[in-house]
Amino acid sequence: MNRSAYTAVSTVVATVLLFLAGRTWCAQVEPPAVTHNPNAPQMSRGEYLAHLGDCVACHSKQGGQAFAGGFAIPTPFGTLYSPNITSDKVTGIGSWTADEFYRMLHTGHARDGTLLYPAMPFPAYTKVTREDSDALFGYLHALAPVRQVNRSNELRFPYDNRSLMFGWRVLYFTEGTFEPVPAQSVQFNRGAYLVQGLGHCASCHSTINALGGSSEDSAFAGGLIPLQNWYAPSLTSNQESGLGNWSVSDIAELLKGGTSMRGAVYGPMAEVTHDSLQYLSDDDATAIAVYLKSLLGSRGVVQPPTDDGPSARGALPLAAMSAGRSVYEKRCVSCHRSDGKGMAPAYPPLAGNPSIQMESSVNPLRMVLNGGYPPQTGDNPRPYGMPPFAQVLSDGEVAAVVTYIRGSWGNHGSAVTSLEANAMRAAPLLD
Amino acid sequence: MQTQSSLQSITPVHPDEFGRLHVRPIGFILAAALLCVGVQAEEPASAPDTMAARAQGCSTCHGPNGEGSNDPYFPRIAGKPAGYLFNQLRNFRDGRRSYPPMNYLLAYLHDDYLKEFADYFATQPIIDHAPAMTVSGAGALGQHLALQGDRTRGIPACILCHGPRLTGIEPGIPGLAGLNPRYIAAQLVSWRVGTRRAAEPDCMHSIASRLSEAEIGQVSAWLAAQPLPSPLTPAAMGAWKTPIACGSQP
Repeated sequence: MNRSAYTAVSTVVATVLLFLAGRTWCAQVEPPAVTHNPNAPQMSRGEYLAHLGDCVACHSKQGGQAFAGGFAIPTPFGTLYSPNITSDKVTGIGSWTADEFYRMLHTGHARDGTLLYPAMPFPAYTKVTREDSDALFGYLHALAPVRQVNRSNELRFPYDNRSLMFGWRVLYFTEGTFEPVPAQSVQFNRGAYLVQGLGHCASCHSTINALGGSSEDSAFAGGLIPLQNWYAPSLTSNQESGLGNWSVSDIAELLKGGTSMRGAVYGPMAEVTHDSLQYLSDDDATAIAVYLKSLLGSRGVVQPPTDDGPSARGALPLAAMSAGRSVYEKRCVSCHRSDGKGMAPAYPPLAGNPSIQMESSVNPLRMVLNGGYPPQTGDNPRPYGMPPFAQVLSDGEVAAVVTYIRGSWGNHGSAVTSLEANAMRAAPLLD
Repeated sequence: MQTQSSLQSITPVHPDEFGRLHVRPIGFILAAALLCVGVQAEEPASAPDTMAARAQGCSTCHGPNGEGSNDPYFPRIAGKPAGYLFNQLRNFRDGRRSYPPMNYLLAYLHDDYLKEFADYFATQPIIDHAPAMTVSGAGALGQHLALQGDRTRGIPACILCHGPRLTGIEPGIPGLAGLNPRYIAAQLVSWRVGTRRAAEPDCMHSIASRLSEAEIGQVSAWLAAQPLPSPLTPAAMGAWKTPIACGSQP
């Protein structure tokens, strides 16, 4: 292999891996110390925007001070560490100007000109307006300075070469500002701005291609979050996420409160609601919901790719369904009821719940194995929770009960194997 | 004769019952049918607005009301001091105590709500369970450490803090009676290696660090082998003075 071919291949490989790392970063965060009261009556615009961008999730480490950075993201290629964004003049961004801050958000260049890794979601933040950037910068600048030296990334060769980012940017980064759609309402455009910009929803909810990029068409089509082993559902496809059947208020309630009559957030989305979305104003939550619902309308119902064919969805093995029903009646029925309707919003419905019927069975398997409490939020201050069953159910029982709930009460998910159940036992819980 | 009369006593036959036998199956079917209808109708549409319903997330490991189970690891949480439970919930949430299933469940719950969980389980009745496993190795060394400690190495006796009856004391020191040896040993090892930490001064870290592995095994076995005191409830705050400063006990 000649030198240029080697360089090209390694660039592609590295960009794929770095993009995966970026997606992991977005979701793999630990809760910072609770520093904000969700019921705080007054919040500056900058603080509000910092919540929407969920800056604190990545720029704080567990047990550390908010925004002081140092959060470690282990990847197969080494470890990334988030920088200090408090107002400390030496170790933070205290000596930055508003111009430099905007350039960083908008172009993905650090203050000294180096290229940021896409763990920082600048492909989304590029759409943040200058006005919002200034408000955000003003808020961060007003934070108490924390003297904490940034820790160097520990990426192995060749991933430690930032110039690899040139190739990635050519392929997958388009610098630009948010362009409102004139034919749509102010509310729609507000939702679009938040989802595409600060909310950086596409970081997890998009399908990535073989080169680690995502095309415009696959935006919000859903995808597996690498290393995390959670599946970020499609926000466009009726079959995968069911937003077509959700009302605007269902969506807004889920995003802001963490629970709804249709389902609850869990896995990485629990953190997003806890640290970010619960602070949404009612108007913004509604605007986001209106925009997400329109994704369905503008693109039509996008069917997710299938690898087992439509026939596999019809016929579920009777033995597994029967075994699954036994487990269900012993372990699940007291909360989710024999008709699968649950007792919403406390115990979510399983019947008609798209999260359970998705092509990927990762999420229902993990819910059965790990359980979970939705985040405590202003709208849901005393959440109900689901126990983990990893310690009391065998792989076969887990597979059977997940097969049963994926195939009962009109649900049309495919069967799950013991092997798939077993694989999820090794999935990381928090780190 | 004895056998016959016993059998008769459990299978009484009266001449006039013969007639009723024709009625019984129908009645049984009707009753069963009504029961089925009843069960269907009894499934509520909404969850009870109680802590018991909210705490179902704890049930598979700690028992429906925290009373524990026959599992060889998971501890009872019912009836433990509320302050102790609250400290543990916070420690799990904040990562001072490492056990991924617990760290995961509590990650996004706040102090006010965790306090409700602690208060709820602290007031649940303690139910005696049969020992989950046969305890072996409960020898003299374990007994000596539990009752006397080792003054020369700065190891106080367990009973000086956890109480002469091993029931614990309000608000922050848990009872040790009725715990599984595997659980006790795992906690001592965790303190030693730093995967279980408490408020400073972290007295259990200091004590566990002075114990050898053999001593941990023996004292765990001895503690687990002790008969359950009655009642198991922790002693009131101030019932005795603890010999060393612990951040978890005011």
